[in-house]
This record gives sequence, C-alpha cells and structure tokens, in this order.
Amino acid sequence: MWKTIIRRVLVMIPQLFVLSLLIFIMAKFMPGDPFTGLITPETDPARIEELRIKAGFYDPWYVQYVNWIGNAFQGDFGRSYTFNVPVSNLIGDRALNTLWLALLSTFLLYLIAIPLGVLAGRFQDSFLDKSIVFYSFIVYAIPTFVLGLINLFFFGYELGWFPTSGTVDIKYDSGTAGYLWSKFYHILLPAITYALLATTGVIQYLRTEVIDSKSMDYVRTAKSKGIPINKVYSRHIFRNSLLPIAAFLGFTITGLLGGSIFIETIFGYPGMGQLFIQSVNGRDYSVITALVMLFGFLTLLGSLLSDIIMSIVDPRIRID
Amino acid sequence: MKNTEAIEPTKELKISSPPTGFQVIAREFMKDKLAMFSLISLIIVIGGIYIWATQIDQTQLMRISLRDKLAAPGDKFWLGADKGGRDILGQLIIGARNSLNIAIAVTVITSIIGVAIGLVTGYFGGWIDNIFMRIIDFFITIPSLMIIIVFVSIIPKYSIIEFIMIMSLFLWVGTARLIRSKALSESRRDYISASKTLGTRNFTIIFKEMMPNLSSILIVEMTLNFAGNVGLETGLSYLGFGLPPSTPSLGTLVSYANDPYIMENAWWNWLPASLLILLLMLGINYVGQAIRRSADARQRLG
Repeated sequence: MWKTIIRRVLVMIPQLFVLSLLIFIMAKFMPGDPFTGLITPETDPARIEELRIKAGFYDPWYVQYVNWIGNAFQGDFGRSYTFNVPVSNLIGDRALNTLWLALLSTFLLYLIAIPLGVLAGRFQDSFLDKSIVFYSFIVYAIPTFVLGLINLFFFGYELGWFPTSGTVDIKYDSGTAGYLWSKFYHILLPAITYALLATTGVIQYLRTEVIDSKSMDYVRTAKSKGIPINKVYSRHIFRNSLLPIAAFLGFTITGLLGGSIFIETIFGYPGMGQLFIQSVNGRDYSVITALVMLFGFLTLLGSLLSDIIMSIVDPRIRID
Repeated sequence: MKNTEAIEPTKELKISSPPTGFQVIAREFMKDKLAMFSLISLIIVIGGIYIWATQIDQTQLMRISLRDKLAAPGDKFWLGADKGGRDILGQLIIGARNSLNIAIAVTVITSIIGVAIGLVTGYFGGWIDNIFMRIIDFFITIPSLMIIIVFVSIIPKYSIIEFIMIMSLFLWVGTARLIRSKALSESRRDYISASKTLGTRNFTIIFKEMMPNLSSILIVEMTLNFAGNVGLETGLSYLGFGLPPSTPSLGTLVSYANDPYIMENAWWNWLPASLLILLLMLGINYVGQAIRRSADARQRLG
C-alpha cells in the first residue's frame, strides 16, 4: 500500500517539474513585462529600467527560472502587479471561496447522484431507469457555460430566486448568522449547476455496479435467508457499490477545478477560476504562473487521492 | 437427398454472414427512433447552416450601425441586433459555421495524430511505448484548459489556423491513449502473429490489417470528440480566448450575456446561440452514443 503511494508521489515530481518549466517559458513569452503596468506619463523610464535590472529581468532565463522555483518552494510567488499584493495572499482569499464552492458542489453531487444511480440500477429497464439514464445523458452533453447561463437567466434574473453575483450581501456584518446564510445563498446556484453537470459519472457507475451486484452470490444468499428486498438493497448492495464511488472523489476535484473557470466567470464568484481569467486579461503573469502550478498540483493530488482510495478498496491494483 | 443437405449449410452460411459495420449502425438507428431523429435534424441543421452561410456577406454583416443598437427582433432583424447594431441571425449562422469548421478540423487533426501514435506505440510496445506513455501521462495531468488560454493570450498574430493548432496540441492525447490500449490487445491476436510470420512489413500490418479492426472504435471516438470540440471552442470563445472578436462565433454571441443589462433585457443577443450550442451538443452526442452501442455487440438494440 505505502509502496504504491510513494511510487505515485515520486512520479508526480518530474511531472510538476516539466509543468513548471513549460509555464515559466510561456510566461516569458507574454507581451509586456510586469513593469509595463506601472508606466504613467510621470514615471521616469530610467527608474523602470532600474526596477527591471533589480528584479533580474535581464538575467538568462535559467537563472530567472531557478530564482522563481526557489522562491515558489518557500511559498513566495512574487507580487501581483494589478492588485499590488503578494500573490500568495491574493490566491489565499480566492482559494477559500473556491473551496467552499467545491465542498457544497461535491455534497450536492452525491446527494443527487446516489439515489438516482441506485434507483436506476434497482429498477433496471423500467421507465424510471430510462428517464434517469436520459437525464444523465442530457447533463453530460450540456456545456458548463450554457447550463450556467441559462440557470442564471431563469433563476437569477427572471424568477429572482437567487443572487446574480458576488459571495455575500454587504449589508451583513461578518460572523453573524445572516452573513453565513447570505454566503451560502450566493454559493447555492453555482453549486447546484456544477453538481448537476457532474452527476453523469457517478450515476452511470453506480447503476452498473448495482446491476452487476444483483446476480452476485451474496445477494442471492441474503435473499434466500429471507431478508426483505429493501434491506438487501440498502444494506448489502448499496454498501458494496458505494466503495468504488468514493474513488470518484479525486476525479471530482479535478473536474471541479476545470469547471470553476466557467462557473465563477458566469456567476461573478470571486474564486480562483475568475482570478485566473482576470490575470490573463491583465497580463499579471506572476499570478498566472502560480495559479497554473497550483491547479496542476491539485489535479495530480486528485488523481493520487483516487488511486489511494482505489487501492484501499481493491487490493488487486496495489503494486507490491 | 444427400445432395441438398450438402448445399443447405452453404446457403445458410450466406444468409447469416456477419453484417458489415455500416449495416449494424443503420440497424441501430432504425431501432432507436430518437437517434434517427437526432441524426436527421443534425443533417438538416448543419446542412442548412453551411448553405445559408454562403448567402451572407460577412463584411456587410459586421458593419456597425449604432442606430440599430440592441434592436428587438422584428421585420428588419429576425433575431434582433447586438450592441453594435449588427444582425444576430447572420452572426449566428456564420458563427455556427466557424465553430463547426474548427471542431471538424480539430477532430480530424487530433484523430490522425492520436491514431498514428496510438497504433505505433501499441503495436511495437517496449521503449517507444514507454516514452510516449510518459508524454501522454504528462498531458493528461496538466490543467490543459488553462494552458490553452495562456497559449492563446501569448500568440501575437492570431487567427483561426493558430487556434486550431493550439487546440489540437492538447487534445490528441485521449485518442492516442484509447487507440494504444486497443492496439496493444489487438497486436497479441493470432492473425497479427500469422502475418508477422509470413514476413509482412510492420507498416502494412499496422495500417492495412490492424487499423480496419479498430475503425468502429475510432468512429465512436471521433463523433464524441467532435461534440467535445464544439463545446470547447464555444467555451473558449465565450471566455474571450477563442476566435478573434472580429470573427463571429457562437461563443462570442453567448458572451454578450456577461453584460447584466443585455442578459436581462436583450435575451435575443445570447439565448439563440446558447440554444443552438445545446441542440448541436445533444444531437451529436446522442448520435455518438447510438454508434457506440452498435460497435459493442452486448449493448446493441437492433
């Protein structure tokens, strides 16, 4: 078990290294430099030049790379030039917002998908099953931004059930119950949208799992012992089908990160995805490089998590 | 008596000869009415878009006329006009054509690269396979959407061709991995070994003998990739990192909704494009699923 995990972590290191090299070189190609934003009619060009030399702008690229990666290891990704704060502080605030969104989305995802998956598997080929399969096909085919916009338009603007942007109403003081409720209320629509889009994988997996379990010996034994059919499903089949679903958790994180770019842009939610789009538009490359590295790291972490859960659940895939 | 008995089996054999791939797919579509309906509507919609697009003068279309700013749907503009007073319907047609063209180009390019790499690595195995698997693993674990966005923002002279290249650079990986795994099991089959023993050249075995056996998987993969590419292109254009703003695209039309005023008061600016994307995605995916079912004998309906 530990062997598997350590091996996987060791494989991650070169992958992160190549990713950092790639993103660093790309950042170097970005038009302009961090100081372009500081130029106003009053600034002295010589002063800008001095800043450039001081920041190591004219050093060979590999020297710059080593400096950058060295600082990054100590949590210092430089300063954001549009927000004028350290990148780590900037990302820290946004990451918390994205984390809340991700947690609520994941919770809603399983809340919706587990009953649907079990029901579809239990009543295989019934009308209910066909409707659930059709539903999971539709949400699989809809692009994130289309469903997001349509939800925002109908539930946010036309019906006015949900707020249309931001994280919290300004009228509440931080820490009060109203503040927390308002925060939750702002996350709800984006989280529902994301949860709906991600249900397909879990539903289909659970459905096949339940269908496969039906013909297993342990189910036949349970049935012949006279256990009520509902209990066979809730106790025996459900528990056995749930473990592999846990392994989906890692991939859910990966999917959420990609989706957060769209969801947060649409719902005006100030998380990491929105920050990324803002910093690409503002050519704020210290933020861009930090975010790509962070997303790359989290993606790897997600698949590592899935593999670890998988190897706990299914001993056959361990490397020994 | 004996004579007829001898003939019977051969007759029977002729009748029950396995249906060709195309017949299987056709039968699946006959059985699944919704798939048939999706296929026919897709052909009509896509054909209509391409024919209509030839009738539209793009420079005329993109001319700004502030008098018609956000004009509501009516006689002059069937689907209204945008902030610059440009006809939405015309932009919708041209935009859909551009989006489809890009998706087709990306699908073809990624399939060629993916199939070539997948077949070669799967067939030869060994160190070639090892090297490419490391590359593929790397591509799968990177946040490719973000890297595509960064790429788009650093290319100085930027047009449809560059956009297609950037998308293809990151999207061949899935096809390559799928084809590799299939080629790996296919290359252990007896007919490949037999062909090797006869001294057939590797090139001939890979492309003339092995590839036809993977064609059904490839068709499914291409259809689903095509849908995915339409989604990705429109998504990137929606975020502002797809087609240049001067070229109409479905995603650009949808991005008008980022202005809360337009979102609320001028639905004709963004809703038709969103619905068209939805329609295309549902149609192509449904057709893809039906073909996928027909490629797998256990799931077939017909």
